[in-house]
Order: sequence, then C-alpha cells, then structure tokens
Amino acid sequence: MGSMKVRLLGIELDNPIIPASGTFGYGHEFAELYDINMLGSFSFKGTTLHPRLGNPLPRIAETPSGMLNAVGLQNPGVECVISEELPKLAEVFHKPVMANVSGFSLEEYAETCAKLDACSQVGWLEVNVSCPNVQHGGMSFGTNPAMAAAVVRAVKAVARKPIIMKLSPNVTDIVSIARACEDAGADGISLINTLLGMRISLRTRRPIIANTTGGLSGPAVFPVALRMVYQVARAVKIPVIGMGGISSAADVLEMMLAGATCVVVGAANLVDPFACKRIIEALPEVMQKYRIENLTDIIGGAHTWAET
Amino acid sequence: MLNTTYTVLSNECLAPDIFRMRLRGDTSPITAPGQFVNLRIDGLYLRRPISVCDAEGDVLTLIYKVVGAGTGKLSELRKGVVLDALSGLGNGFDITSSGRRPCLIGGGVGVPPMFLLAKRLIEAGQTPTIALGFNTASEVFYVQEFLDVGCEVRLATADGSAGERGFVTAVLPEAPSHYFACGPEPMLRAVYHALRCSGQLSFEARMGCGFGACMGCTCRTITGYKRICREGPVLRKEEILWEA
Repeated sequence: MGSMKVRLLGIELDNPIIPASGTFGYGHEFAELYDINMLGSFSFKGTTLHPRLGNPLPRIAETPSGMLNAVGLQNPGVECVISEELPKLAEVFHKPVMANVSGFSLEEYAETCAKLDACSQVGWLEVNVSCPNVQHGGMSFGTNPAMAAAVVRAVKAVARKPIIMKLSPNVTDIVSIARACEDAGADGISLINTLLGMRISLRTRRPIIANTTGGLSGPAVFPVALRMVYQVARAVKIPVIGMGGISSAADVLEMMLAGATCVVVGAANLVDPFACKRIIEALPEVMQKYRIENLTDIIGGAHTWAET
Repeated sequence: MLNTTYTVLSNECLAPDIFRMRLRGDTSPITAPGQFVNLRIDGLYLRRPISVCDAEGDVLTLIYKVVGAGTGKLSELRKGVVLDALSGLGNGFDITSSGRRPCLIGGGVGVPPMFLLAKRLIEAGQTPTIALGFNTASEVFYVQEFLDVGCEVRLATADGSAGERGFVTAVLPEAPSHYFACGPEPMLRAVYHALRCSGQLSFEARMGCGFGACMGCTCRTITGYKRICREGPVLRKEEILWEA
C-alpha cells in the first residue's frame, strides 16, 4: 500500500485533494453527506474585507463540458467569517484550512490577510488576484507582474503563514506573473482561476449571465490548466497547486506529473457533491495501476522528459 | 438531500412541450411539497432542477416544460432509463400556516408543485381552492387531477379559450386565509400585489449546484441573502424584496 500523503509548505496532508474556493462554501452542505475530514484540506469561500452580495442573477450558464459563473465574490466579510463561519467550520473540519482572500486595494488585501493569519484554523492564505467577475480589483491585480508582486509584498508584510498566490489564466504570459510573485516572496502558486467566457441566449438575444461574461471551469479547461501548471512549475522553485477541470483520480495524477504538489477540485463538486470523496477513494487503485508507490514521487515527473 | 437513482416508469406529453415523467425510487428525501430534484442528464454538464409534482410510496412524478437542451433530452427518455438525482432539495411550502381556506395559485409550468401541496393540505383537513393560469386552452393540464383530489378549481387563460379570459389574478377567490403561488415572476408580482393575506411564493433561478454550495442563485430578501436552492425556492411574502 503506497502513500497519498503530500507536504504543502510545512504541513503534511493525508492526500493532495483540496476542494476549490467558491465550490465548497464553508463545508456544511458536504459535511451532511460525508465526513469531510477525509479531504487533504479545503479552501473556503473567497473572503473580502467588507461583506459583498455579489452580482445580479443569472450568475450561472452551462457550456460544453463545463460552466460559466459570475458570482462576484459573494461573502459576509472577514469579520463575520472569523466570528461565525470559522467556529462552525471547526465543528465539521479539524484540519488546517486554506483561507482564500480577495481585495480591491493593496490595503484591503493586507488587512484581510492579517485578520485571517491570526486564526489558528488557517494553515495557508490563498490570495486571489484572479477573480474575473468583479470590477476594479480581482483580476486586475493578477494580469500585471508588477501589480501581482505588490500584492505579495503587501500581504507578506503582515502575515506569518504561507502565502499562496492564485493566478489568472487570462494573461499573455502566466510564467512572468508567477516569477514576479516568487521574486516578491510568495511561498506558493495556485492556478488556474477560471477562463473568461460568455454565452448568449438565442431566445432573448442577450448574454445569459447578467454580468455579460463569466469564468469558465469544468473539464473543458483541464488541458489549458495542465499546460499552465506545467509551464509555471518549470519556471519557479516554490510549490505549485494545480486546478482546472479535475474530475477523476487520473486527472489528479496527470496534474501532479505536470508539477502540482496538490490538486484543487472545483466545478466537479457542484455536479457531484461526492466528487472529492470519489477521487480520494479511487486514487489507490489508479496509483497501483500505474505502479506509483508514493504520490510525492510523481510531482513534476513529466518535466524530466521535457526539452532543456 | 440524498444522492439516489430513479428509474423512468413513463414519460408522456400532456400538452404542447409539457411532459409528465413518472419515476420509481426512494421518495423519502422529499419531506415537503414545493421541493425539487436535480437530475443528471447524459451529455450535459450541469444537473437540471425540476420541481416535484407528486411523491407517493416509491413513485415520483415530475411535470416539466421543454425549454432547452436539458429538458429536451429529458423528454426523449424512455421507460427503464436510470437517472442520477439529488433528491429532496429546497425548503418547500410550509402547510402549517395555511388556515382553513388557503388559495393555491399556479401559472403554466408553476402548476405542478401545487399538486402535492393540494394533497397535503386536504390530508390536513383544509379546503383549498386552486387558481390555474395558462396561455391558451391547448396548454391547460391537470384540471381534472385537482378536481379528483377535492380542490375547487378556477381556471383562466390569457386568450379566453378556456375558463375566464385573463391572467390568474382574474380568478383569485375573495379573502383566502393564506396563499401559495408558483409561476413566472410577473405572475408572482401580480399575485403579491393582488392579495392582502399572508402567502408563500416559489421562485425559479438558474442554478449551479442546486444544494447551496456555489452561491449561483442568491437573492436579497428583507431577512438577508437567501439561496433560492437552499433557503428557497419558497419565500414568505413578508420577506420578499422585488428587484427593479
């Protein structure tokens, strides 16, 4: 029997499976169905300094092999997350969690990170500079290397816990952004956030999503995510967390071979609430099939075959 | 919520684009009328939420309108097909506040959830009246079924080809004790303004997950933000905030 354990920035995870921020709420809907302590960790709903209702409805549209969302960072604000959500979360999940943070200014990012950094449940801060669904902020911090680096410096100045920068794929060169984050002191990189897309209703002749555009996720984006994880993992020395369209144990192995230390599952949770459980339970058999003793052994394994 | 499977027993056309599907499986997760199931359909990524029309023993009845790719595929399913479902979703109607003479109001594809509600109210000893609204006579369904369970039925069609001419608000009873409404949003607004008594209104939304995880269907209410799929689809009249 091999091992599924991986190590992420000083914390050992029982397995590399982490539900994505925004697809798992604060865990309660899933904890009704199974013991979510089987997860490696999870990244809770993106948190901002102030409460946000998010965007008007409709926020969701279907696509071939995926979906668009434009939720717009609905969340009750960091104070409420700390006073109400984290204590409730502690009842159903007993491992370190990833706190996902968004902001609209460097000061907001820093203040929100500082507050969550002080919470004992929080193992890592995942700083989202890639939300495609909000104006003036979100993705605008993650599409320019200098801006992304400024966010890293602002949050590193106030946080003791590891900072993982969540990057947008909606850029010309994601490697330059990842490198800028690493140079500015980021401890890890997670990617990819959703790809900007849209759908139009033939009946109304208008965009289906009220926000006009939304972020594409689901199996449709997997090859793009895999390529970007591969490129970034080759370019940086800090750990890379891979996400984008993962829905099976085989996808997990592929993402780890591309260079991911752990793997985040997003849209799959929404169509199958047992997706993460199913993937974790399937991993040993798929590992055995491909003669993998320890999962950590395959991280970045595909790079040894790459051109120099 | 339960993740279960249902086997198609029948799938028949009741009116143009309106289908009734009967399924066999565990209906125990459905604890209130007005709840819905979220069905996985081959070849489509997202599930499709469909309101429950009836649930008795191990038979689940759904009535749905073909409006797009998902319901189109659903209408082609034959007896014996097994569907993966998340069952017993949403809050459903609360029948304890109905009073003696509740009024049920259904418009078009909002009619189906009223059927299980009518049965539950009659079992509880109440005497419901149902006001049904459709566009035209050919689209009318379930009048006889509501009569058979013991409802007083009032019918309106927009073109006057069956029942009264006009919208469902033309056939609302005088001074009901409480009302339950499901239908297109303009109908819900009209009912909200037409009736003074307390009421419960069931809303529709494009959903991501259907069980509260994605925040894809959140709306603003007087008592705070609510997910249509989880704290809804039924909202109490007093908590509704109509967006402009």
